[in-house]
This record gives sequence, structure tokens and C-alpha cells, in this order.
Amino acid sequence: MATTITKTDLLVGKRIRRREDPRLITGTATYVDDIKMPGMHYAAIVRSPHAAAKIRSIDTSKAAALPGVAAVFTGRDTEHVGPVPCGASLPGLRVPHHHILATDRVYFVGHPVAVVVATDRYIAADAADLVEVDWEVGTAVADPEKALAPGAPAVHPQWPDNKAFDFHQEHGEIDQAFAEADVVVKQRITSQRLIPTAMETRGVVAEWRAADRALNLYSSSQIPHLLRSLVAMMLGLEENRLRVCVPEVGGGFGSKLNVYAEEALMGFIAMKIGKPVKWIESRRENFLCTIHGRGHVDYYEIAAKKDGTITGIKLKIIQDLGAYHQLLTPAIPTLSVLMMPGLYKTQNIRADIVGVFTNCVPTDAYRGAGRPEATHGIERMVDMLAAELKMDPVEIRLKNFIQKSEFPFPTATGLTYDSGDYSAPLMKALATAGYEDLRAEQAKARAEGKLMGIGISTYGEICAMGPSPATPAGGWESATVKIEPSGKVTVLTGCSPHGQGEETTFAQIAADELGCDIDDVLVVHGDTSLVQYGIGTFGSRGTAVGGPAMYFALQDLKAKVKKFGAMLLNSDDVTLSGGQCIDNKTGATKSLKEIAAASYRAMQLPPNTEPGLVSTHFWEPPNFTFPFGAHIVVSDIDRDTGAITIRRYIAVDDCGNILNPLIVDGQIHGGVAQGLGQALWEQAVYDDNGQLITGELMDYAMPRAHLMPWIESSHTCTPTPVNPLGVKGVGEAGTIGCSPAVVNSVVDALSPLGVKHIDMPLTPEKIWKLVQGARQ
Amino acid sequence: MIAQNFEYTAATTLDQALGMIAQGAKPLAGGMSLIPMMKLRLAAPERLVDIGRLKDLNYIREEGGAIHIGAATTHYEVENSALLRGKCPLLADTAAHIGDVQVRNMGTIGGSAAHADPSADYPAAFQALEAKFVLKGAKKERSVAAADFFIDTFTTALEPGEIIREVIVPVEDQGVGTSYQKMVQPASGFAIVGVAARVRRSGGKITFVRVGITGLSNRAYRATSVEKAIEGKSGSASEIQNAAALAAEGVDANSDLHASADYRRHMAVVYTTRALAAALARSA
Repeated sequence: MATTITKTDLLVGKRIRRREDPRLITGTATYVDDIKMPGMHYAAIVRSPHAAAKIRSIDTSKAAALPGVAAVFTGRDTEHVGPVPCGASLPGLRVPHHHILATDRVYFVGHPVAVVVATDRYIAADAADLVEVDWEVGTAVADPEKALAPGAPAVHPQWPDNKAFDFHQEHGEIDQAFAEADVVVKQRITSQRLIPTAMETRGVVAEWRAADRALNLYSSSQIPHLLRSLVAMMLGLEENRLRVCVPEVGGGFGSKLNVYAEEALMGFIAMKIGKPVKWIESRRENFLCTIHGRGHVDYYEIAAKKDGTITGIKLKIIQDLGAYHQLLTPAIPTLSVLMMPGLYKTQNIRADIVGVFTNCVPTDAYRGAGRPEATHGIERMVDMLAAELKMDPVEIRLKNFIQKSEFPFPTATGLTYDSGDYSAPLMKALATAGYEDLRAEQAKARAEGKLMGIGISTYGEICAMGPSPATPAGGWESATVKIEPSGKVTVLTGCSPHGQGEETTFAQIAADELGCDIDDVLVVHGDTSLVQYGIGTFGSRGTAVGGPAMYFALQDLKAKVKKFGAMLLNSDDVTLSGGQCIDNKTGATKSLKEIAAASYRAMQLPPNTEPGLVSTHFWEPPNFTFPFGAHIVVSDIDRDTGAITIRRYIAVDDCGNILNPLIVDGQIHGGVAQGLGQALWEQAVYDDNGQLITGELMDYAMPRAHLMPWIESSHTCTPTPVNPLGVKGVGEAGTIGCSPAVVNSVVDALSPLGVKHIDMPLTPEKIWKLVQGARQ
Repeated sequence: MIAQNFEYTAATTLDQALGMIAQGAKPLAGGMSLIPMMKLRLAAPERLVDIGRLKDLNYIREEGGAIHIGAATTHYEVENSALLRGKCPLLADTAAHIGDVQVRNMGTIGGSAAHADPSADYPAAFQALEAKFVLKGAKKERSVAAADFFIDTFTTALEPGEIIREVIVPVEDQGVGTSYQKMVQPASGFAIVGVAARVRRSGGKITFVRVGITGLSNRAYRATSVEKAIEGKSGSASEIQNAAALAAEGVDANSDLHASADYRRHMAVVYTTRALAAALARSA
């Protein structure tokens, strides 16, 4: 029986529940650690307890003698593997050779020096304790500014100044702008090191099929194809002999947008011992060895006229890189430079970055990656400028915004902002907040000695990464859409969603385009042997770059469906609508299912047309997209304790067209939670010896559900002209908009005490000391 | 995050457990402190004897004007005990502040006391309640007052071979108001400072007051100078403040990433003020 589908109700724009969720919330999803194979062995890694030391010798004999131990490898065994790749290139960049296991020196606590392989993970852990390393402990430096001071210990002996690179960019008449300014405000602003803390730590399973000369690698990753190319290179294995499978990923946030030593190491072990091997990172290893985020010390100067017109911005970034470059480490602060003018018009900028080696785990991309730091900086500086000029923070923003009529807008940093209406979310947020009433309430509260703050941030960001020339590894994305002989639809997306919900949103788009039932659409991803080459999910690109790739594949496919439909209807004038091909003259129809069956049966073919209904599209985006928004935070400070209460959180975000409001809400909520984490609680703290003091969840304060404020979330909609879906990306917006709104609010609350700036996290003790200081 | 090898025995009787403990086995109850230490390989006991399942150690009952709580009673059971809520609400209120739901469902009152974490919540209440600990070894049983039980960081009056059998807290007299007020360390959920207060006011004067403070120093203590300063007073805001100002007097305050010694001392004063005020508001 032919099913006639007549669907007129579009799915795009609807709050459709995520089809990913049932398996996630019932515990039936498959993560790396759920993979079990016959003969599986387990690896435990011996890591350096010192931040800087020479390895005099390693004695593995006791570990190797433990019953159940299959092999022990040290850096001498793996010297030919690797190095761990850095994908970023900057002029004059110093790139230390990053062995997968240390050979003669270690550079941070947690640096891998040996690996033990055993028949179970308990034996492996015991054996790892039996590996004896003779250390010659050196002097470490963990603070980037101390690392730059003369006489500081050299992280890498060959580069005694600890500099990995100097970067400079400028535009306009910056010196003139500062010379002619009525007011200049300067501030040192830090953006502390954060630990991404994905709920699922990293994990790798490697299986060598010697008879097929094929390596299967299962890893919790955001970038399966790039991982395949790079691990194959590290192992000296032909790329088409390596299959990377990414099962369920329990959070990445950028920390799994990387290629880690352990991924090549497990491949190496599997090929050596001829058995499958599994390594699951412990939480402690996750804190010590998976990349950290942020790690900025920023020196800002902002020049303005008396009327509040911003005339120039200077920024010097001291970037704590850690001991090595991971995949994108040195590139992250360059994103901060791109974003430094924020939503403001000024064409005069000067930016410098000093990339600094420290004896710490490398920093790299963490939700927002360079843009939160820049947004935090500019939004704090604009508030400080407003305070200096005694202007309202709203007024100064409206005065300097790029206007709706000025898009596409070329920025001082070389970007072209696609579309925008920056006052729209600000006005909506102010109306939602009841701004005038809040200011009146604040005046009354202040008169009573209460500390109440109202903080605004108007953020912009760079999403849909990105045009290939601006990225290290290609910035396009790919999609294949297949209508199977039965009429069911399979989408293979090259972006590798891991929690962002594209299994649902892509099915919505495909169902709308083809007019089929959403349950007929399956979205497949994450396996390099099933899916054509793709780039991955990061930089708010999954829907904004992967979506258009699928959209264009769907258009090709629809054209082919129409050809087959016209043939079957014996017509030269058909339209595709509601899941069927309609003869415009007779009104006769053929369903998608009938057309699919005919296309594969191929008893007859339209002219110049191949059998089957499959289309693959690689889409190169012509530009980034630039979402924006306004967040407002109302806070109350307890004078006695310094505790901050977030009374209200208003988020108005403009991410262009919204495919599924439920998923967008989730992204905003999660993003804001992580922004609040940085603003209020989280900090990775190393002591002077390079020991991570916040090495456990007992000391590293994550945001908790019961600490979340109610988020009053709404949107304005300014579609992007960059892609046919009009979508801009929303994965990082919440995080980027959040932290400056919180800090601006708390500084506003404390401004009667003369407080002008506070660095994050805003711990109660820090606030209490400021209140105490004001009393004296 | 994998412990070293150990033998595990689930004891079926208290005597069996005590026999094994006398032979060097380490008692395991809720495992909320011991298991993480083992997984981090900071502790590596060869033998564990599980006393958490012993019915003999799991009860809350009123006997002779006091409430007896078996050592293996979970925080959740203490938090939700109708007997405690009615007759010793301070202990139930304090239990509600411990960790999170999972921890309260696993952790036990005896385990927490024996571990003697200087930032644990219970010890503030134990001090304010002048709780007694009944300690049992293979051969003898003895009773130790809270004031003598907590000796130092992770150090108690327990001797080798002894376990806590039960904790005894008083039935509150009519008219006593109590409160536990806590500043939370945001990562661990432990107390930066926690203050437990019991107050009774009659004829416009405070006739009874007990204050226990945890988190500030190496062990929880009774703030007797605060008690003396407020006893006999009417309990006005300024009197409370003046008395609470003595909360950290003579105490060597802890200092860590989450709170400096200065800040902790000040928080001890603030939270003592709040605990006294809240307890007074609840007193008759």
C-alpha cells in the first residue's frame, strides 16, 4: 500500500523533544567505557608528579613482573610515534616537540612517562604504581607573568624567555585616537584558567585487526575525521586503514576538540600486543592532563570622547599556554583579538599577544574559546568608561553600537559582521528587567546602605567556524542525504554532534524539505567508515555549517526526486510538495516511497540520470556568522559575608532563525551555567611548584543545579545572510554573554564603596575584603 | 581512581566485626570518606569489615530521657526521623546540611564522627548538644563526651580496635530553640564554618545556651565564652552581636584556598550571630 504523506505543518521552529534524550536519560547509551571486546586489555598511565624534572632512568622491571601485566612501554619505545600535533600556525611560533610519552624531561604535573598494559584495569593500576622513575627535580614556573620575568626558570631549556610567540595587529589611527582622547581608562583584567570538566572523562579503545591491517579507534571526541587523519600520521599508518568511531560523548566543551597523546598511544599498544586495549581517564587525570581553558592576563586601555564615543582600544594579552601546544593552543587568543571591538564601531585598535610557556597543562578551546575573554574585557571596559564619564551603561552602549543600517560591517580587526540589530535585544532585556524601576529600587536600597547591583553585557560572538582560509584544517562541512529504496531517509553528517541535538534538528529540516515524517529520518554521525569526511562540532558550527551542507544536499536530491516523479507521472511539469510529486496539469501524484522504489529498481531511468537517490554536498561558508545579545543580572550582596545572590538573570539572545526553541533554551541555560561557573566559582589554581591545588572536585567548584538562578530567556531574530537557513549558532552565546553581566552587576553594587573592577571568580571572601577595605 | 586490592567482609554480627577489627581490619560503614581515600590510594587497608549493614547499629530510639542513635544510621534517616525532628531537631537540621542526597543516603553518623573531618557538619551539633559517644571494643565498652571525643584533625578518642556503637543526644527541654547555620564551601559542600546553637529564654532572660562551631579550626568546639557572654542577657541584637564576637577567640583558624584564616574567623562571628538569632526566634 502506498503511503501518501501530506504534510503541510512545518517542523522547523517547533519545540520538538530531542530524540537523543531517551537513551541518555535511561542509561542505555553507549559510551567508550561501555565497549567490551574479547581479549580486551587495559592501560594505566604513569604520570609525572613533578612540574619540571629530568628523567634519569625508569625501571619497569617490577611492573612487568606483576602477573597479568602484558607490556610496559616508556618514551624510548614510542619515540617514533607522533608528535602530538599543533594545528595552529603563527609567524615565528615556537613549537616544542610533543612526544606521546616523555623521553628525557617532563614539563607539567601529569605528563605521561610510561604506560602499563594488563589483563584488567586493577592490575594495570597496581603495576603503574610499581614503575620506578629516578627524577632530577627542577624548578617550575606556573604563572605566565612570572614566567616572563627575567631570570625565571625556563620551561623549555632552549627558549629561556618562555615566549612561544609575539603577535601584533593594529588598525586605524590608534596613537592619534589616544592622543586626542578626552578620557582614557586602563585596567588589568584576568580571565582565570578553567577546567572544562566534561561529565564523561576522555577514553580510548583501540583494536588492531592484523589480518585486515586495520586499526579501529573508539574515542570520546568532537572531531572523528580530523582525529583519523592526525592519528594515522602519528602512527605512520595509512589513513584508510584507520577507522575512528565516536560513540556517545558525555560533554566536550572544546576539551575533546583535540588530538591527545593517549589516542595515538592506545593505537600503538593495540598494534604492538595484537589485543584490544582500553584506557579510561580518571577524574584526576582529566583535571591534570586534559586541556584547560582561558588563562588570560589582559591589559586594556580604552580611549573616548567626553560624550562617550569610543575612539580606540588597546589590548595586550598575556596568554598562559601551558607546557605544550595542543591542537589549537596558540590560536585561541587570536580569536580574542578578532572579537576585541565587541559590538562597537571604533576602527582604531592595537592588539598584542605574548604566548607564554608555563609548567602547566596546555590551555586550548573551552566553550567560547577566546571570545568570552574578549567580551568580558570590552564589556568591563565599557562599563568602567561609563562610570568614569558618569554615563548610564545603557546610554554608552547605544551611542557606540554599530547601527542596523551599517551591515555588512567591516571591523577594525578584519572581520565582516554579517547582520545585526544590537539595540533590539538590549531594549527587550531592559523592558523585561524593568530597568527604570530597578534603578529606582537601587537608589532606595543604597540610601538604606544595601548593596544592590544591575549589570549589563551586550555581547557579540564569532560562530559558524568558519571559512576555510580562516581555519587550520578546513572550515566547510559535509552531508550526505540518502532516500533508501523503502523511502526512509538517512542523513550522514560530517559534523559530529555530541549533545547539541542535531539528530533532532537535522531530522526536522530534512522532514520539512522532503515532506516526510520526522520518524522516517535517521541522522548518522561519528563513524569515519560510515560518514564522508567532515570537520566536526565546535565553534557553534554544527547547525550553522553542517545544516547548510545538508540543506544543499537536500536540494540536489529533491531535483532528482522530481525527475523520477516526472518520469513516473509521464509529465514535464511537476512539483514536490507534502511528501509527494504532483503533476501540475492532472493533479496525479506519486509518493516519495513510490519514487524511491522506482529509482533503485531502475526499470526505467529519466534522461541522463543515474539510479538511486543519494546526494552528498560539501559546503564552504562564505563568512562566519555573528550572533549577539544582551544579558542583565540583578544581584544583592551580603555585606557581612560577601556572598552574592543573583536575584534575576535576563538573557535576550539573537542567534538568527531558531530551528528548535527547546534546544536553543537548553544551549542558553547550559552556557549561562558555565558562564556563572567562571564568574562566581571556578578556578584552576597551580601553586608556585606547578602543583594543581584544585585537582579534585572537592576543591574545584563547579556550578550546581541548586545554585542556578531562574533564567528569563527570550530572543530577537536577525537572520544571517551567510547561509540559506538563516541560523547563526548558539552553543557558546550563554557563556560569552554571562560573565561580564555578572561582574558588571557586582561592581555596580559595590560602586558606592569606590570599587571599579574585580577579577573572577567573585568569591565571597574577595567581596568581603572590598567591603571591609571601604570601611577602613 | 582504582583502589589497591583488599579483602571485604560484610559482618553479620557486631561481635564478628569487633573480632576482625581487633585483628587489624578497617571498619567500613557508608564509605563516604574511606572509599575516596582508597580510590586516590591515600589509604590502602588490606581488610575491610562492613559494619554498615548491621541492624544492631541502625536505630534511633528514646531511652531514659535521651535519644540513642546507632552508629550506622544514615544522615537521611537522622534528617527524617520523626523522633529527632520532635525531640532533638538540631541534629536532624544539621544532617540536612550534609553533602547531597546521595551522600546522605550512604553516609552514617558514626562514620562521620569517627572520621573527624574538621569541616564536617555534625560535630558542631555534637558539641552544642553535649552528645555522648559509646565506644565499643572486643572486650569493653565506654562512654566519651563530645568535648573529649574530638581531639584533632581526623583524630578522635577512639582507640585501636574500638568502634562507635552509638551516639546519645538529649531530649530538648520545653522552650529550647535550636539552629544550625552554615557557610558552604562551594566545591565540597563541607562547612567553611558551621554554627549550632541551642537557646532557652525564660522571664525575658536567656537561661540556657550552648554553641558548637565546626570548620574554623582543627576540631569542632563549644564556644563557651560566647555562651557566658549571652547567658542572663535578654538576647537583644546588640547583645547577640557582642557575644558572637567572641566565637573565634583564642582559636587557631584554618586557612585554605576557599577561606583565609581571617575570613573564617569573621564568618564564625557572623554565623554565630545568625545561629543565636535563629535559635532564639524558635525558643519559647
